[in-house]
Amino acid sequence: MSTSVLVFAVWPYIALTVFVVGHVWRWRRDQAGWTSRTSQLLEPRGLRLASPLFHFGALAVVGGHALGLVVPARVTAALGLTEHGYHVMALVFGLVAGVAMATGLVMLVIRRFRYSERLRLVTTRLDWAVYGLLVMTAGIGLWATFGENLVGGGYDYRETISVWFRSLFVLSPDVDLMAAAPFVFRLHVAVAFGFVALWPFTRLVHVWSVPLGYLVRPYVVYRQAGSGTRPAVTRTPWA
Amino acid sequence: MRIKAQVGMVMNLDKCIGCHTCSVTCKQTWTNRDGVEYVWFNNVETKPGIGYPLRWEDQARWKGGWELDRSGRLRLRSGRRAGRLTKIFANPDLPSLDDYYEPVTYDYDALLSAPLGRNGPSAQPVSVLTGQPTPITWGPNWEDDLSGSPVTAPQDPNLEAAQHQLRLELEHTFMFYLPRLCSHCLNPACVSSCPSGAMYKREQDGIVLVDQDRCRGWRMCVSGCPYKKVYVNHRTGKAEKCTFCFPRIEVGQPTVCSQTCVGRLRYLGIVLYDADRVDAACAVEDPQDLLAAQREVFLDPSDPAVAAEAEAQGVPRDWLDAARRSPIWSLAVKHQVALPLHPEYRTLPMVWYIPPLSPVLDATGSLGGDDADADDVFAAVHQLRIPLDYLAQLFTAGDRARVAGVLMKLTAVRSHMRGLTAGGKVDTDLLDRVGASGAELEELYRLLGIAKMADRYVVPKAHEEDAARLDSWASTWAGAEGCALDVPGGPGTGGATVVSGPSIPVRGAAGARRNGGE
Repeated sequence: MSTSVLVFAVWPYIALTVFVVGHVWRWRRDQAGWTSRTSQLLEPRGLRLASPLFHFGALAVVGGHALGLVVPARVTAALGLTEHGYHVMALVFGLVAGVAMATGLVMLVIRRFRYSERLRLVTTRLDWAVYGLLVMTAGIGLWATFGENLVGGGYDYRETISVWFRSLFVLSPDVDLMAAAPFVFRLHVAVAFGFVALWPFTRLVHVWSVPLGYLVRPYVVYRQAGSGTRPAVTRTPWA
Repeated sequence: MRIKAQVGMVMNLDKCIGCHTCSVTCKQTWTNRDGVEYVWFNNVETKPGIGYPLRWEDQARWKGGWELDRSGRLRLRSGRRAGRLTKIFANPDLPSLDDYYEPVTYDYDALLSAPLGRNGPSAQPVSVLTGQPTPITWGPNWEDDLSGSPVTAPQDPNLEAAQHQLRLELEHTFMFYLPRLCSHCLNPACVSSCPSGAMYKREQDGIVLVDQDRCRGWRMCVSGCPYKKVYVNHRTGKAEKCTFCFPRIEVGQPTVCSQTCVGRLRYLGIVLYDADRVDAACAVEDPQDLLAAQREVFLDPSDPAVAAEAEAQGVPRDWLDAARRSPIWSLAVKHQVALPLHPEYRTLPMVWYIPPLSPVLDATGSLGGDDADADDVFAAVHQLRIPLDYLAQLFTAGDRARVAGVLMKLTAVRSHMRGLTAGGKVDTDLLDRVGASGAELEELYRLLGIAKMADRYVVPKAHEEDAARLDSWASTWAGAEGCALDVPGGPGTGGATVVSGPSIPVRGAAGARRNGGE
């Protein structure tokens, strides 16, 4: 089995399986621990600019990835967007979003590990891992955007990486497409799946709790005692 | 008409001696855990003062509670829903730990391990959070008995609002104590701020709680509450607040703060209210009308029509009976001597206060009057602009006449009882002036002066048919048995390491790592 198969066919499936099963397990087992674990109380100043910068940047980055990976080139072409036009757009928006996210991330890392003695208290080993993988994934991603697409003259990942990515989900991964991609893209993808595998065990789960329901909920919530969310895993007295 | 029952509290501020027993027993019961070292569900502040957290009443800064928009509709002071969601990544209105205080302990080990020497060793203060030596520069009770008040008291938002220069010379100043806890409001801004829908008001008794399973740590409730009585547990990343000791209330016992109150100044009971009238009551235009509007929301349990409707809507008969004997109904509605704290926040709070007569009586004496003579006190009530204005800022949105009316009634109780017991005559002129009958004043005297425990706490038990449901709800926590607070990762973060009494890891970081995992 070649390295390419291991990294671009086996590893993604392992990571995605851990991602899905891990989330189910965490949701059922650990509602009480499902939180963003805010540290604003302990250190608000360093968060004030960095956190919105990172989060809004990250949301834009995720949106860009969804567009680039999930939407086939022929769809955007059919909508009247030329190949060149798409790449200019992707480059501009990608750079703005990526730089915003990376700047925020660097500020957050400095805040968490250098700035405040109090934050050491609430920083776990898993936080270290999350920050490490985030910095690596984002850094390599920016290198790919800057190095390959801005300076290097451009690489049309929509004909290779995106096709490989979609092929994962129809259970016939086209590894050869990925193996031919430039090294920096391959590295980005490999590290990113590590991030995916780690996700369900960290505070990142708060992403799935984005409170859009707040927009439509009545202002005052009444509840009958005992009718609230039951613990997901209940144990009967005789069991 | 949607009839609901609500547990409420009244505190008679004249009796508060500022001993902090309520705060300490509450803390030992509820917040002696990692992550909530800085949290006091109940605290006692000296007024005038800036309080805990710093200047919590300054809503221009903290944006707590409700306001009316230009079209006269009620909205959260911190903005509309969509706008508030955009601030979720960094809440600009959240107090930081420094606005509360840095919790400290002492390096007691230094006392034991010091080598023999000429001078005795001393225990340095160290931060409970970081374990680092920490000079103590502020605390939840820093201003106790006006200490440091030349510096802090002029920053009291109530004095700024009244535009008064506080006279801090010893012979001219005044002070009283203000015990504070969650008000379990009829229109709770914290519940309305919660993006996750984790906060709720219990149908049967109106107690406001945080569902720890659904809280996602967005911390909007903390800034939404104008009284700053919801707190972040920095270890679990979730919100916690006063529970009105619901496990005790459910079995008919008073809350810990009430039970242990040395001055016996707390009253607990239920009132019936019409939930359909709440929205209109919070939205009356003039803040000074909010008090009357809130009293209009309450329903008279002695009214046969109300009783019949309440029973039809499932309010148990013993609860109706408790509502009729309720000291809250008596003090807040019938005799109208209790007032809500800062009604202008428009949350319709359910912890009310009988304003203190003591600063007025002290001043009557210093003016050369007799503090037992109603005429002298009535005169003093109006001459003492600062205390009266100050109390009006706290309890009636600035309506001096209403506070003065309560103070006069309290004076009238004293004069009337003195007339009855010492002179044997009743001053009907006095009764006319406060608009109360002798029987009413005698009833107030029994409630306020004799204050038997059975009259102070009229708490109906939760119904037995609900008991199994309540029990399973309280004691199962993510599959664990026993107390929900004992589970590692739960709100108590790790039962085994929590010892009875304040649990303070001196070298904070090591123990914290152990418990702080995801």
